[in-house]
Amino acid sequence: MELLHLVASDVRGCNTRRVYGNDFSGALLDEVEAAERDLRDAAGRTLDPADGQALQEYFDTVVVADQKIEPRDWMPEAYRKTLIRQIAQHAHSEIIGMQPESNWISRAPTLKRKAILLAKVQDEAGHGLYLYAAAETLGITRDELVSLLLSGRQKYSSIFNYPTLTWADVGAIGWLVDGAAIVNQVPLCRCSYGPYARAMIRICKEESFHQRQGYEILHTLARGTPGQRRMAQDAVDRWWYPSLAMFGPPDSESTHSEQSMAWKIKRFSNDDLRQKFVDMCVGQAEVLGLTIPDPDLRWNHEREAYDYTQPDYDELMRVIKGDGPCNRQRMAHRRRAHEEGTWVREAAAAYAAKRRAPAPTVAVAS
Amino acid sequence: MTSDLWEVFVRPRRGLSHSHVGSVHAPDATVALRNARDVYTRRQEGVSIWVVQTDAIVASSPDEKDAFFDPAADKIYRYPTFYEVPEGVPHL
Repeated sequence: MELLHLVASDVRGCNTRRVYGNDFSGALLDEVEAAERDLRDAAGRTLDPADGQALQEYFDTVVVADQKIEPRDWMPEAYRKTLIRQIAQHAHSEIIGMQPESNWISRAPTLKRKAILLAKVQDEAGHGLYLYAAAETLGITRDELVSLLLSGRQKYSSIFNYPTLTWADVGAIGWLVDGAAIVNQVPLCRCSYGPYARAMIRICKEESFHQRQGYEILHTLARGTPGQRRMAQDAVDRWWYPSLAMFGPPDSESTHSEQSMAWKIKRFSNDDLRQKFVDMCVGQAEVLGLTIPDPDLRWNHEREAYDYTQPDYDELMRVIKGDGPCNRQRMAHRRRAHEEGTWVREAAAAYAAKRRAPAPTVAVAS
Repeated sequence: MTSDLWEVFVRPRRGLSHSHVGSVHAPDATVALRNARDVYTRRQEGVSIWVVQTDAIVASSPDEKDAFFDPAADKIYRYPTFYEVPEGVPHL
């Protein structure tokens, strides 16, 4: 059986063990693997739909049994819309998320750091594309998705509207922003919609390289000159609360949660995930020798979790509505990049059309 | 013009069959292959890639699930577990 699992896991196309090893963020990566195993196990269980069962009932049976809904299955219209909105926003975030980091590609301190950062930004593009592909299985086109982003009708994660002022910010993004993203995304590996769950499994495996490289940057700076150390602490000071805000509004104000939980799109509440992230970061910050900028951060014996200061949710709402430090810059850059790529898309299409067309017959007058 | 959407299938390594991994957009097959390589095999996930125009795929519909796959359900004698084997028969 173990052999079967090995073979089956390779068929998935993600060679986790070989590429990443099994150690770092061990618990979270193990969860990704467990999600992948459960996906196969659930698929192996036979469902016994009653004869003549209504479409809605069949859909519910599949979701309750932890099996996956696949693109051509019947699904409630609201489920489809919710997924499109969530997957699209996630995809847009990956695409916009390339900007704050690519800001430092040309100024990375060494050739090694530059090569690593290039690979990371390329991964973000790849993640955006996995997710666009998953969204397209729900009946929306790529062109529609791109125009929804460019026209501002669909949002991306507010975290990418903050500037990357120093090289240490690249480290803080990897450690905190990608760390928060992983905590948010690992449960999505168990999402009830098959294409989304599979895309998330791929993404989570790749994200752990991102988090690790960010942590290494900060670790190096924290053991460097006093100036480098200050730079690392400054970056952590600026990115800590925006990272906490990535988990969204507190549960008391979260609008979409309950239905998403019932559909098994979402598995944990915003506040639960935020708590998990804080609890993970404390020990990691200690090893770095950097301080989390929260004087009220302390272990609570009763709850067996850290008490911490909530991020400024009014600021989160302002940034989501478009009034963050870099909103306009990010959108202007994306629109310009899209426009400047027009001639490439047109040329490729014209070349393909020319290759498809039969060779013209030429009449030669003699 | 036909759609520019292509489905991507990757063979993880020799001895295994190609599996579907996702889709890409491309104006022609050559670009589709390159895009598929860049998007789905950045970490040696494959030794071979197929790209197939999405429009060219004919799929069974979930609506005909019962009628389409039913014949297998009442032919349980196709499975080895259908047969009773007398106790003590080796290698069967």
